[in-house]
Amino acid sequence: MRAYLPEYELRVPKDLSEALALLESEPGVWKPFAGGTDLMVLFEAGKLAHRKFFSIWHLPELRGIDVTAEHVTLGALTTYTQVQGTEVLRREFPMLCQAASETGGLAIQNRGTLGGNIANASPAGDSPPTLLAYDAQLELVSQGGTRFVAYSEFHTGYKRLALGAGELIKSIRLPRTGGAVHQYYRKVGTRKAQAISKVCFAGLARMEGASIREIRLALGSVAPTPLRCLRTEEVLKDQKLDAPLIGAARASLSKEIVPIDDIRSTFDYRLRVALNLLEDFLSTLQTNTREQVGMMKDEG
Amino acid sequence: MPETTEKVAVNCHVNGEEQTLHAYPMARLLDVLREELRLTGTKEGCGEGECGACSVLINGQLVNSCLVPVIQVQESEIKTIEGIALSEEQLHGVQEAFITCGGAQCGICTPGMVIAAVSLLDQNPNPNETEIRTGLAGNLCRCTGYMKIFEAVVKACQRDGAKA
Repeated sequence: MRAYLPEYELRVPKDLSEALALLESEPGVWKPFAGGTDLMVLFEAGKLAHRKFFSIWHLPELRGIDVTAEHVTLGALTTYTQVQGTEVLRREFPMLCQAASETGGLAIQNRGTLGGNIANASPAGDSPPTLLAYDAQLELVSQGGTRFVAYSEFHTGYKRLALGAGELIKSIRLPRTGGAVHQYYRKVGTRKAQAISKVCFAGLARMEGASIREIRLALGSVAPTPLRCLRTEEVLKDQKLDAPLIGAARASLSKEIVPIDDIRSTFDYRLRVALNLLEDFLSTLQTNTREQVGMMKDEG
Repeated sequence: MPETTEKVAVNCHVNGEEQTLHAYPMARLLDVLREELRLTGTKEGCGEGECGACSVLINGQLVNSCLVPVIQVQESEIKTIEGIALSEEQLHGVQEAFITCGGAQCGICTPGMVIAAVSLLDQNPNPNETEIRTGLAGNLCRCTGYMKIFEAVVKACQRDGAKA
């Protein structure tokens, strides 16, 4: 059944401090509403249980991309289109750009935001695995001030966030990669555009000769939250990359993930794909170590 | 009795004309355009941002109007399919090309396809084939098999004045 319009509130605070005051005034009553690409779908289907929202779309405090020597900081309202159009992201964070380009079509990319993607907390979101692999931090703002939290600690359970009742996601801070790392992103869906992923995989590694010096792995749709796979990273870190190591990593990942079984795919299929993506990523590292690092430097 | 919200006034420009829309804040832009302004060229397909039939431009950006609550278009410039033709007598180059190439069949996807194509050419007057496919990837058609639509956009790029 369609939603009954007069039951829904969507206020427009004049600035961030008014938004934060509203959030604080009645804890748990008011929720932020960004580009609407997730919430409006639920709304139209009559499944949007929450009734009171405030729009943040127009707030300049939550926009903008700031680049320093150490970090790239993206306002929470940065859209997928803006991600793709930002040169430093294309150069150093290609996985994020790729995820953005594979999220919905252009109309969705013009409205969907990184902060919204995080707050919506779908385990199938396209950008969260890349943010985990980039070791992102979130800047949370409330009337009391701001604080940073590691993104890897932000999803505490299915649709549960380490976000206080008076807090909003203000920005996403990415430590710069310098470009000289291997990055691998792959979304497996039913079709090329407009698909919600069955599995998505983000892998980042720094090699030293044939050994893995640094590695970060994160996957979507393999757990109740986007998942950083720390145990499998441990198996791989500071090891010589060869066939037995790839086998050990597969074995580890198969124990670390519990893929979702739903309308879009099955546990078995997702598990098989996730393991194959891990192997594909590691094989790429093995065969292309030197060439790839060279390519990424040239791309800038 | 459940709590109810009041209707709000939303000032914006639609196809160049100043409008004050009166609607509940969460009302979909799609519904307000169709029901209040009677701009029924914009179609509803899926109602969940998958099909692109409801595409319009907000401040020059392609959006699905089924996913935009009307209160978020306060002070915005909206362009719908009714505002694409250059004048009463002269269609936009993209519209001409759709006619020439037979890029429409049942017509439900056509306004959205034209808007998406106009948006693409506004930003990139000489797109390659991949860019055209990406530009239209958010618009579904269940009749044509897409080739005639694709050819129409290629043709529109070749015409003078397609960018207007």
